[in-house]
Amino acid sequence: MITINGRAREWAGGASVADLLRQLELGAEPRGLAVAVDGAVVPRAEWSSHQVRDGAAVEVVTAVQGG
Amino acid sequence: MSTDTGPVIAGRRLDSRLLLGTGGLPRLDLLEPVLAAAGPGLVTVSIRRTSSAAEGGLLATLGAAGVSLLPNTAGCLSAGEAVLTAELGREALETDWVKLEVIGDERSLLPDVIELVDAAERLVERGFTVLPYTTDDPVVARRLVEVGCAAVMPLGSPIGSGMGVLDPFGIEAVRAAVDVPVVLDAGIGTASDAALAIELGCDAVLAATAITRADDPVTMATALARAVEAGALARSAGRIPRQSVARASSPTAGMVGPMRGSVRTSTP
Repeated sequence: MITINGRAREWAGGASVADLLRQLELGAEPRGLAVAVDGAVVPRAEWSSHQVRDGAAVEVVTAVQGG
Repeated sequence: MSTDTGPVIAGRRLDSRLLLGTGGLPRLDLLEPVLAAAGPGLVTVSIRRTSSAAEGGLLATLGAAGVSLLPNTAGCLSAGEAVLTAELGREALETDWVKLEVIGDERSLLPDVIELVDAAERLVERGFTVLPYTTDDPVVARRLVEVGCAAVMPLGSPIGSGMGVLDPFGIEAVRAAVDVPVVLDAGIGTASDAALAIELGCDAVLAATAITRADDPVTMATALARAVEAGALARSAGRIPRQSVARASSPTAGMVGPMRGSVRTSTP
């Protein structure tokens, strides 16, 4: 299991941030998106190589109207 | 005719003294005409969780308008939360500029200046150009500049209140305390508030709900764009001093009538 934006999700280890974004149907290289894993930003350039471990807390964010 | 140039923040000249916050628009299709009417120097956006690729409409509209984005940390309650949100904003929007907000109280939405200075220092160390939303306290403003902020953004009155500049002397004191640009943030209700802020010495004004929650957002965007320009021209022109007694502008010599040459001290 991992949590994505505060919600639990089944997770088979050995997959990357890019795999996760594909599973979420956000596309492999979506623009205007940022990802943090366990409180640290994962730069876009590392999405394909960064493995998401079981138990990780993942945040996926984008820009919305505000401020 | 004299024209005004935009303010320079962190070595970059902005196209306008009006900065636009995008929160509060009732419909996204109003954004494009509002952007066209406001011609904003920067446009703020918030960073929030997403689970859908369908939320890309905002960035597409902003991209098509060619505006510069200023991600904010609106809603953050601690320095740590604000730093992570700023880093996510930098990654998502590919800018190291951030409007730093650390709110101390969800009711008043007033800044927590202790957390704010802490977050500002950490973000400057990480290479951010930091524009902090702060109080109209010149001492805090100076602290923010000491840790490396590129501008300070004092509030005119509470966020979304539309009360304008409640303490013009506080804004003037912030202006006098720092040598970075001052951006009046929060509280703008209408055009005269924006003009006043610039006349008081602010370099720019950020307006969000003054425009987005107006009955006619597009017309209000036009009004505020003109107001900041009028304020800047008025400030450069040098206003007359205030005085408590009248000072005639017409000649006192050469008046017609029988009473001239004597001073009336009481009613006949």
